[in-house]
Amino acid sequence: MLKILKYSFFDLMRSRWSYVYFAFYLLLGIVLLFLNNDLSKAIITLMNVIIMLVPLIGTIFGVMYYYNSKEFTELLLAQPLKRSSIFLGQYLGVAISLSMSLILGLGIPFIVYGLFKSNAIWDFSLLLITGTFLTLIFTALAFNIALTNENKIKGFGYAILLWLFLAIIYDGLFLMSLILFEDYPLDKLSLIGTMLNPIDLSRTLILLKLDISALLGYTGAVFKKFFGTNFGLIISFIMLTVWVVLPVLRIIFKSKKKDF
Amino acid sequence: MVNIENLHKKFNKNVVLNGIDLNISEGGIFAILGPNGSGKTTLIKSILGMVIPNKGTINVLGENIKNNSGYRHKIDYLPQIANFPNNLKVKELIKMIKDLRGHTNEDQRLIELFTLQPFLDKKLGNLSGGTKQKVNLVLTFMFDSPLIILDEPTTGLDPISLIRLKDLIQTEKTKGKTILITSHIMSFVEEVSDEIVFLLEGQIYFRGSITALKNKTDQPDFEHAIASILT
Repeated sequence: MLKILKYSFFDLMRSRWSYVYFAFYLLLGIVLLFLNNDLSKAIITLMNVIIMLVPLIGTIFGVMYYYNSKEFTELLLAQPLKRSSIFLGQYLGVAISLSMSLILGLGIPFIVYGLFKSNAIWDFSLLLITGTFLTLIFTALAFNIALTNENKIKGFGYAILLWLFLAIIYDGLFLMSLILFEDYPLDKLSLIGTMLNPIDLSRTLILLKLDISALLGYTGAVFKKFFGTNFGLIISFIMLTVWVVLPVLRIIFKSKKKDF
Repeated sequence: MVNIENLHKKFNKNVVLNGIDLNISEGGIFAILGPNGSGKTTLIKSILGMVIPNKGTINVLGENIKNNSGYRHKIDYLPQIANFPNNLKVKELIKMIKDLRGHTNEDQRLIELFTLQPFLDKKLGNLSGGTKQKVNLVLTFMFDSPLIILDEPTTGLDPISLIRLKDLIQTEKTKGKTILITSHIMSFVEEVSDEIVFLLEGQIYFRGSITALKNKTDQPDFEHAIASILT
């Protein structure tokens, strides 16, 4: 698996898109720091961008890489390699190179700005950790979609739909259900609802760490009570890990049964 | 060498292989023939484990291939259409396959044989179809495996390379290897193969030597014998 990972990783590192993605984050980091002139505020703005963009790039890149490396995959399948190691290697190659672009692209300007001397370092690390989790999750979901759909156009369509659903539509449905059932106690429901969507979960996690939960009103207090504690933090990370593990297991399962 | 029992495969509703029983003994050149869509490539891909059969068992060198990948160390496979990662150089591809399968020095000799030296630093995406096929041949023959599977090996080759390929196949045969070939070029098949397996509608229609086929169909030459089966 490590050999496949190595080849996929270097293959991506040589492609233009990794650099574009890296340069984008570098630029974003620099511009935000320059405009805000404050680490914490820059982190909040960044969060809003990362929460939407990382899943989108993860899905698109994942689907694109899978379809583009079809020939490479077929070549590998005739070699004495396990199917699970071929696909996991490719998946990790994509996910790690995307995460690297994110971490380096944002890390460099923040470190230059003086991140290590400020107390925003934990908030910033949390941002990068959730960003990495989101990359892992959405690349895995993208590989799932691509494995199940031979048709490229269909695959891309489903990938975009998935992103749209989790990033936007889910929130809308969630909000509507809250309004619809406003006569009932909704603390638990909204907690569970947040847990079930990795994007919402990451957003809540960062918002509450940033100590701006007062803006969220009463629900904010409930959330703070849950996510603000170590217990909540651990549960959240467990949920994010589950979100990585389940799609990865499906990649292994699906790839074993597929014809090439 | 290869032992196939009651092999069934369908893609959605399209039945491609419908109960294939095939026993290929060690040594010799076997040609798998059949009209387009008769299941030749599916059969080969099943042996390689790229296509998962719906029913039936396949043993390669006594090993059941189900959920197994190690047996592919003993197979050299030439895929039908040489589709390689386009942004890789020829040199890098050869190095990569060597890294994945194990060390060999045969590649140098084969590169010289097919005069591929000028292309080593070129990207695979920029090569012509015939040159890609030569690279494909180098990748296949550079390992010393007891079973060689060639899917349409002649595609795109110029006459000189074709002669070299035939020589290569004969040398491998004299080493006692088993070689499976599919091809639509009947003269090539007639020249190289010891035995043919004719697939029709997902089943083995005929198996035996070319002379036996000519006698069976009562046709003087091989091409007409094949054609008479199909009409």
